This record gives sequence, C-alpha cells and structure tokens, in this order.
Amino acid sequence: MLRYVVRRLLLLVPILLGVSILIFFWIRALPGSPAEALLGERATPQLVQQLRERYGLDKPVYQQYWAYLKTTLSGDLGVSVATHRRVVDEIRQRFPATIELAIGAMIFAVGFGVPLGFFAAKKYGGFFDHATLVGSLLGISVPIFFLAILLKYFFSVKWQLLPSVGREDVTLNTPHPTNFYILDAIIARDWNALWDAIQHLILPAIALGSIPLAVITRITRASVLDVQNEDYVRTARAKGLPPLEVDRRHVLRNALLPISTIIGLQTGLLLSGAVLTETVFAWPGMGSWLRDAIFARDYPVLQGGILFLAVVFVMVNLIVDLSYALINPRIRYS
Amino acid sequence: MRGYMKRLALPVAAIAVLVAAGTAGGASRATTLVFAGASDPTYLDPALVSDGESFRVTNQIFEGLVRLKPGTTIVQPDLATSWSSKDAKNWNFNLRKGVKFHDGTPFNSAAVCFNYNRQYNFTGAFQDASATYYWQTVMGGFHHNASSSLSPSLYIGCTPHGPYKVTIHLRTPSGPFLSAQVISSFAIQSPTALKKYGADQGELRNGVFYPTGSYAFSHPTGTGPFKFVSWSVGQRVVLSRNANYWGKKPRIDTLIIRPISDNTARLQALQSGDVQGYDLVAPEHINTIKSNSKLKVLNRPSFNVAYVTIHQGPGSPMNDLKVRQAVAYGLDRASVVRTFYAGRGIVANEFQPPQLFGYSKSVTKYPFNPTKAKALLNSSSCHVPCKIDFWYPTNVSRPYMPDPKRNFEAFSASLTQAGFQVTAHSAPWRPDYVKHVNEGTAGDLNLIGWTGDFGDPDNFLGTFFQTYSPQFNFHNNAIFNILAKAEAQKSLAKRIALYKQANNMIMKYLPAVPYAHSQPALGFEKNVKGYVPSPVGTDPFDPVFVSGGV
Repeated sequence: MLRYVVRRLLLLVPILLGVSILIFFWIRALPGSPAEALLGERATPQLVQQLRERYGLDKPVYQQYWAYLKTTLSGDLGVSVATHRRVVDEIRQRFPATIELAIGAMIFAVGFGVPLGFFAAKKYGGFFDHATLVGSLLGISVPIFFLAILLKYFFSVKWQLLPSVGREDVTLNTPHPTNFYILDAIIARDWNALWDAIQHLILPAIALGSIPLAVITRITRASVLDVQNEDYVRTARAKGLPPLEVDRRHVLRNALLPISTIIGLQTGLLLSGAVLTETVFAWPGMGSWLRDAIFARDYPVLQGGILFLAVVFVMVNLIVDLSYALINPRIRYS
Repeated sequence: MRGYMKRLALPVAAIAVLVAAGTAGGASRATTLVFAGASDPTYLDPALVSDGESFRVTNQIFEGLVRLKPGTTIVQPDLATSWSSKDAKNWNFNLRKGVKFHDGTPFNSAAVCFNYNRQYNFTGAFQDASATYYWQTVMGGFHHNASSSLSPSLYIGCTPHGPYKVTIHLRTPSGPFLSAQVISSFAIQSPTALKKYGADQGELRNGVFYPTGSYAFSHPTGTGPFKFVSWSVGQRVVLSRNANYWGKKPRIDTLIIRPISDNTARLQALQSGDVQGYDLVAPEHINTIKSNSKLKVLNRPSFNVAYVTIHQGPGSPMNDLKVRQAVAYGLDRASVVRTFYAGRGIVANEFQPPQLFGYSKSVTKYPFNPTKAKALLNSSSCHVPCKIDFWYPTNVSRPYMPDPKRNFEAFSASLTQAGFQVTAHSAPWRPDYVKHVNEGTAGDLNLIGWTGDFGDPDNFLGTFFQTYSPQFNFHNNAIFNILAKAEAQKSLAKRIALYKQANNMIMKYLPAVPYAHSQPALGFEKNVKGYVPSPVGTDPFDPVFVSGGV
C-alpha cells in the first residue's frame, strides 16, 4: 500500500512537468499578450514593446519556459500582471472558497442524487422512474449559468429569500482565520454568521451541483438495478429479512462502490474551479479568478493557478483510488 | 415506502425552513451603504494605481490640493484653499488649516512637499509604468531617470513657505498641471503612515510591480471623509465615517464597496437588495432598472468620445481632403447614436466632450448628406464607387461604443449609400484590434474611442493630435503647434481660445470623424440620495444618504 502511494506520488513529477509545458505553451498560443490586454486604447506600439520586454516576452519561448520553471520550482508562482498580488496569496485566499462551494454542491448532489436514484430503481419503469430520468437529463443539459440566473431570479430577486452574490453578508464582521467561512463561524461560535454563510452557499451549491446530481442519480439507479437482482439479495429476501434491511445492508451498500467512484471524480472536477457558477454568484474562488485571468492574459495567474489545480486533481484521484480499498476489501494495492 | 418518505421528508423540510427563514437583503442598513464596482482595487496607495476601481476607494480616503466640483470638470479648492501662478511654472498654493490625517498627524506644507518629492524621487521598481502611470503621464519622468525612455520630470521641486503655503516648481510652463492634480494619484497621504508601513518598499516580480510594505494593503491614511477599516480581497472594502473630517461630515457611518465582475450579477444584487447601488450598468439592463419602482438610474456625464479613425498613407484615397469630407458626410452619425445608444448618447461634433473648456461652437459640422458625399467623391481622386477598408472590433463593449458591430453595420450602409464600396474587416478587441489601430494597420477607417482621465482638453486633443501618430498618419504642423502652445499657456482664457482654434482646424482637416459621446449609467435603490456621478469617475460618497435612515 505504502509503495503504491509513493509510486503514485512520484508519478506526479512527470505529470506536473507535462501539465506545466501544456499550460505554458497553450496560453502563449492565445492571441495577444498581457501587454496589449492591459493597455487597452493606450496600447501604442512603443508601450506594448516596453511591456513585452519587461515581462520577458521578447525572449525566445524556451528561455521564457526555463525561467518560469526555475521560479516555480523555488516555490514562487509570481505576481499577477492584472491585480499585482502574489499568486500564492490569491490561491491561499480563494481555494477555500472553491472547496466550500464544491463540498456544498456535493452534499446537495449526493443528498438528493442517491435517494432519487434508489427510488427510481425501486420503482423501475414507473412514473417516478421516468420523471427522474427526464429530470437528470435536464440536469445535465441545462447550462449552469442559465440555471444559476433562473435560481437567482426566483429565490433572490422575486422572493428575496436568499442572497444573490458573495459568500457572506458584507455588513458582518466575522474573522476568517481559515477562509472556510462555515468553519470560521463555527470556530467563532457565531451562529448568525454560520447561518448567513449557509444561506449564501445554497444557490451556488444547487447550481453547481446540478450536473453531479444528475450523474449520481443515474449511476445510483443503474447500480441499484444491477445489485438488487444479485443472488445474495435474493437469498437475503428468502431468509425473510425485512425489505428495509435488505435494501440497507445488501442493496445500497454494494451499490455504493461505483457511486463512490463517481462522487470522487465529480469532486475532483468541482475543485478544479467552477468558472461559470463562481462568476454568476460573484463567488471569490479559483474559477472566477482564472476566468478574469484569461481575459487579462494574466500569464502568471494562469500558469500558477492551473498548475495548482492539476496537483489538486491528481491528489483527489489518488484519494479516490485509495478509498476503494477501504470500501471494497477485495481490492488490494501493491 | 412510507418509511423512505419519512426519511426524505426531513432533509426536504430542513431546506424549506432554510429558504423560508432567509432574510437576504432584509437587514437594516440605515447608516451603511453597500455599493458594487466591477473588481477589487489594485492597492490603496493612490500614487501607485491608475484604475477606476482603486480610485473609487482612494477618492474617499484621500484628498488632493484641488478637486472637481461634483458632477463637473471645474477645478475647485480641496486641501488648498486658493492658488496662483504668474508663469504656469511656479504654482503657489495656500493650504487649508486645522486639517488632520486619519492617524492624527497634522496636514501642512511639509506633508505636501513630502508627497510630491516622494514620487519625484522614486527609483527602481517604482519607476515602472505599472507602478506610477499617472506620475509619468503628467510629469514625464523622475529626479533620476533609470530608463532613457523616460522624459525629464516636469516637476522639479517644492518649497514650503511656513506651515500653510507651498510653491510647486515645474521645469516648463504647464497649463494642464492644475487640472491633473485632481487625479487621486496626486492626493496627499500621511508622511508618518507612509514611512511607518513601508509604502516605499516594492519590487518587480516577473516584470510586475509589487509593493512589499503593508501600507498599500492595510494602512492607507489620508485626510478624506472616510477612514479605511478593512479590505478582504474578492469580498469588500470597508470604510468608516471620519468623525474629525474638516468639511461637511459624511451622512453614512459605513461605506462598503464590493467587487462583482459580472454585469448581470451586479444587476441582480441590486434587485435583491444585496447592494444599494452599482456602477457600470450594462446598456441592456437600463430599462430593467427603470421599470422597477424601487430602483433608479443615474447618468454619468459623458467624458468620452467614439470616433472613426481616418488613416492616411501612401496610395490611400484618404490623403485627399475631399474623400475625408465625403466620409464625414457619408457617416449617418445621428441615426447610429439614436438607434444604438439607448437614449444615452449625443452626436459628437468634435473630439472633446461639450462640458470641457475649449469646446467650440463654430466647428464645421457634417450632417449626413449622401448626395453631397457623392459629389465630393466625383470631384476627388477616388470616384464613386470609392473602395475603402473599414475595421471594427469584436468581443467588446466600450462605454463610448456599446455595440461596435451594429455601429459598423449602420455606418457601412450609410457609406455605401454615399458612394463608397466598403470592405469589412473585424478583429477581436483584445489584443489584435487595438494594436492594429494604434500601429495604423487597421484599414482606411476604423472604429475606436477614448475615455478621459482628467478634466483638461489636453487629455483629449493633446492625446490624439499634438504630435504625429501612426494611427492617423496625419501631418499638420499648425495643429501640432497650437496644441503644444495651449499646453504651455498659463492663461486659462488664452488656452480656451487655442483649444477652440484647434477644434475648428481638426474638424476642417478631418484626421478622423468623432461620432458619439455616451453617458455611462449607475443603478441605485430609489431611497439612496445625494449621489452625484462625476464625469471622470471621482464620485464622492460623503453627501450620500439613505432616506428613512439618517
């Protein structure tokens, strides 16, 4: 097991090197540079040239890459061209927001997806099953930004039940030592702040969780359908176990394996930054930050931010793989 | 099944309770105003920033020697009560007495000289254009220029005469100097706080200026009506009322400025009560706000110009004045402004907004007249159909040009009617389009514009036509000389006359055709009163109050 983990961690090195090369050349393949993006109407040829020289963009690309690699290896991800803040500081501030949103979205998706999928399978071929299938199809196909604007229109604008933007009521003065607002509120025992943070999380989490919800519902349904026809389930029923017990101990438990894989992978995706949801809800996480960076051709932010997310994605995948062994004792890593 | 339903009922009920108990936007904020801009400030040392979102905050914390009369471009006293200059080189300022910085230290002539000398003596990373854009725009260079591309500094010294009088010395006479001092970058900051919190520590990292002291992030200290409380990046900047303010004290206790980058999100935040006002209303949202009985739209006076560049050059039909005149008569500007500016634009007849001094009422006007345009073409070197390349930008909406593509389509149709054969070219705004326009490689005609930085015609006419620019490839020494003379002139009356003369000549020789001045919009709750939008975005929040509140 330990050897497996070490081997997977060592694999990170070539993966991250590959990712760094891809990002580096991809953002340079985008038309334009930070110089033109920053200067706007003031982009005279002389000013553009001056800025290009200052950012080192006049040097050959391999030299630029080498310089970037050296500074990155020393732990310095640089300074944002647009905001003039250190990329590392921005990540420290924004990543907790993305994690909090991803967790909220997954709680919503799992909390509703697993029961919905389970009931759909139980009522296979019935109205509830069909309705769930159509619903999950909608969940996958409705664009997130459209759903987000719709949710905001009804819950924030029309009924004024939930806030439309941000992570907290800006008039509150809760300290944020961890930048996980729900956790911060609990630490401070500030129940108003906790309540406020939860309210701010609801709509973005629903919008972001809509696709995982649809996926989890369908996988759960398929998995439960598979498992409930297994011999051991029939045996359990034949033994005279109450239906609820059969479902809980034999069906749901065994159906969980593929579901947990999907949950892990979806979490990895959500942590990679929810660009649209974060933008529409002015959620100050990684996604909205990277979106602004693309418009500003902010090379240091794109390079540092995406590399960081690549590490996160790989780590989440590793954790998912390792968790198989915990859930399914038949799997052993060597 | 009933058991399952029971279990399901619990989380559903919990969510329902959560939603029902929500009190978004319902909190009492009688003495707090929450306002949304489009992004965070860069930092809060006004000498080191050049963007509107930073200035929105620094304008509340800091004050300069002079400021603009609210809603206008008229310079009026601020920390200086009066000023004079015999030669436009040496400027004497009488300073306001009894003013204190937020840290309790006194404002006086030593503080003024300290601030000007601070920027004048900047070295190293601080001489980077990304750090001191406005010092370099107005003053040129520094005491010791590190780069040969910097020009000698216009500012050369400051002499205190007792605690409340200073003279600022310039290298050459400068008329626009005074108007430029309203820019927040020239605000007076507490020397004690600047030194204490390392304001002059900074470095270039990967070519980008980065202040390493804490002043610009957490200790900005001025004399203004609001004091800095906190800044949480991505969330909010909190300012509180300065109870010891020398002038009329703010009517709100707390001002919170939060960044919301998405246009629709800003609108919905206003509709839901999460913010009480916001800037940069998208044109398509104006009617939504107007139709809401609880909301209102405020107009920012126009301080921009949209224009059609006419690029001259070897073999270009545009070298012929008659062709340029035909272009001017062939652009149906009135119809474009009427149709695409949602009632928020006026036809531009010259290159500066009407409220700026130097605006001329006697410029040659070019109302849409396709018959006259055709006649001009047939008597020119480019007969009907005169073939021209016309560029427009994509993926962009500028304050002065909300919908470039449709502007282009309308202009293209009217030019065709006027005897031109238009070949369309488009390029994404960032970065190709602006680069092509500035380098003079964006066809015979292209759509572009400008938003002013400060209230002086030099910031418009001087920017475009004081020297040769590859954008227009227009040579007219008479115009260049008039504008240089106007810049160096000390007498306002003479400057006005010179700018009027320049405007008349520019519209006679047509290096370009201005077509619109637009009014950006702000959205507010109706009970927010006292907000006066400034043409240059230096909106003061101290007169603002929430009716029913204080």
